[in-house]
Amino acid sequence: MSDKTSRRTPGPVYVGLDMGSSRSKVVVIDEAGKLLGHAVKKSGTDFSRTAKACLDSALEMAGAEFDDIAGAMSTGYGRSNVGFVTEESKTEIGCLAKGGYHHFPEAITIIDIGGQDNKIIKLDAAGHRLNFKMNRKCAAGTGAFLEEMSARLDVSLEEMNHLARDAREMIKLGSYCTVFSATEVLESIRNGKNVNDIVKGIFYSMIRRVLEMDSLTERVVMTGGVVAHNAYLVEMVDEMIGRPVLLAEYPQLMGAVGAALYARDENQSAGATTAQASSKGE
Amino acid sequence: MAAGKSTTRKKIQATDLMNQVMSDYFYHLNEAATSGKQKVAWCTSVGPAELLRALGFAVHFPENHAAMLGATRMSTELIPEANSAGYSPDICSYLTADIGAWMKNITPLSKAYPGIESVPKPDVLVYNTNQCRDVQDWFSWYSKELGVPAIGISSPKNVVEVTEGHIDDVARQIEALIPTLEAISGNKLDMQRLRETVTLSRECSELWKKVLETATATPAPLTFFDGTIHMGPAVCLRGTQEAIDYYRVLLAELQGRVEAGVAAVDDESLRIYWEGMPVWGRLRQNSDLFAGLRTSVLASTYCSSWIFPSFDADNPIRSMAKAYLELFIVRSDAYKERYIKGMLEKYRIDGIIYHDAKTCPYNSNSRYGLPQRVEADTGIPCLVLSGDLNDLRCVSDEQTKTNIEAFVEQLQERQ
Repeated sequence: MSDKTSRRTPGPVYVGLDMGSSRSKVVVIDEAGKLLGHAVKKSGTDFSRTAKACLDSALEMAGAEFDDIAGAMSTGYGRSNVGFVTEESKTEIGCLAKGGYHHFPEAITIIDIGGQDNKIIKLDAAGHRLNFKMNRKCAAGTGAFLEEMSARLDVSLEEMNHLARDAREMIKLGSYCTVFSATEVLESIRNGKNVNDIVKGIFYSMIRRVLEMDSLTERVVMTGGVVAHNAYLVEMVDEMIGRPVLLAEYPQLMGAVGAALYARDENQSAGATTAQASSKGE
Repeated sequence: MAAGKSTTRKKIQATDLMNQVMSDYFYHLNEAATSGKQKVAWCTSVGPAELLRALGFAVHFPENHAAMLGATRMSTELIPEANSAGYSPDICSYLTADIGAWMKNITPLSKAYPGIESVPKPDVLVYNTNQCRDVQDWFSWYSKELGVPAIGISSPKNVVEVTEGHIDDVARQIEALIPTLEAISGNKLDMQRLRETVTLSRECSELWKKVLETATATPAPLTFFDGTIHMGPAVCLRGTQEAIDYYRVLLAELQGRVEAGVAAVDDESLRIYWEGMPVWGRLRQNSDLFAGLRTSVLASTYCSSWIFPSFDADNPIRSMAKAYLELFIVRSDAYKERYIKGMLEKYRIDGIIYHDAKTCPYNSNSRYGLPQRVEADTGIPCLVLSGDLNDLRCVSDEQTKTNIEAFVEQLQERQ
């Protein structure tokens, strides 16, 4: 998808807003569920303002106007802060399931690594949720853990993927506590260990924390910003679970896409109800 | 999930009477402790309260006090006091809240009942470890602090089936308490009075059971959250006529609701079973959240734990032992699974929520694979919520909300 499209009128569009604790993601889709535009920004402290900025960018990319929006749905921690476009919301678990099944319409297990929490969601072949799990009140294995470690090592988040890929060995972290892990990282630095090997150990630790949440059944789909920006972490998961992980083109947008699909379905459902009522002369 | 609709709380009319009953109870306790006219015993919630009443003690239940500290959200400020005295944040937050409150000379009783300045000072502390070891540690702290004896029953745990051997053991331990309690109370145990007390406890238990079972109706006339409030007399006044009189009134009101089709939750569309402790500081919040989702949390292990079908006046001490042993928390996972499955069927439950309370492993039944086994056998989905009964530092409101809303979405998809 090009980031700039010529101005056009795509017809009615549907907006999904995933107002995450770390990043806000907004997508614009058409009636067929095709992704027309998207934007991702740091959520910051003003969710509403960030959502507006994301929406403007996504609409521009889609070549659409605000008035073209036929339906919108929000999700994520800031889901109630986007009243300027919609009061409707669904949980991120529901939206990830919806988006995941849209991309991979089969029985799947979704692993989402978010900024503040991780989720494992299991869907049956019809896309119905069988169960889900969120991490407990602990940042281990989340994007927040990676951010903390990036600060401790004084390397940017962007650098971590290639640092881990170039590792020759792996320094394993023993603790599942972020604070204790940070201490372990500092100890490794003091002992002159290679930064690449430490970063690979951090990736490994994150993956272990996520995989111990639940058993993995069916095909595994990974989503979330950490996955989107760290291809090597996904490769490590492939190796650890012994089968390839499925990734959508934009793993970070999965929740927003699911929200937009809900908005579309609810709009179509309302339309059908109206049509039915009209045909009955009500 | 679309924002939950606003809900109107339907007040249970008997609440005013319950408040009066509880007020009378606390003022009576206070009078006993401050005047010295009646000896005061502290008792664990399923300790030998029948014996204590029969010996003429006024009985205080520290767990009830700790729950009040939680419900008033005072506990989270008080727990660190006990933590700093060496009582870990990882142990029972009833214990740490209650001891912390004592250390700071604070009690919610003072606010609720003007004129009461402190919890009633005990003459004896009587525990039963059928719930956990923490109650013994809890009472031992007060024993040292106040210079009063702490005595009790060391109960078997993880019991699959309650045998005559178990009953012999606990009955002998109850009997062994009698001489000490007679000496402290100054009264000789009157077996007839013990029989009468056991009879009253049995009647209270039967009425409480009927109250809870009104929720087998669709729609359910009361919720788990209502139950946690209205169980007060069953906890504090079992073995008295006052509790019986109260539950007759409450039962009549709820039966009236069932006949009239009055729902505790408007447009009840989902029926949930709650396994584990309440989050005392979030009762209202959780109640409103579920109601807004047209979801009725209508049955629980917790509220049902004050049903004691084995009390028998013909054999008071052995029947007390049996009743204390049959308690859910005393039992093995194999028994617990059977019990929960029975409850899911009886109340026609759509989903079950396990509260994994950080500081209460004994009431957190999600740690040894039980939810997965029950779900595999029944097909009824489950959710495990991380939280705590009293320590709100262990509760994430946003995670709780997301989990509950997502669970309701999941259940709705199945309908």
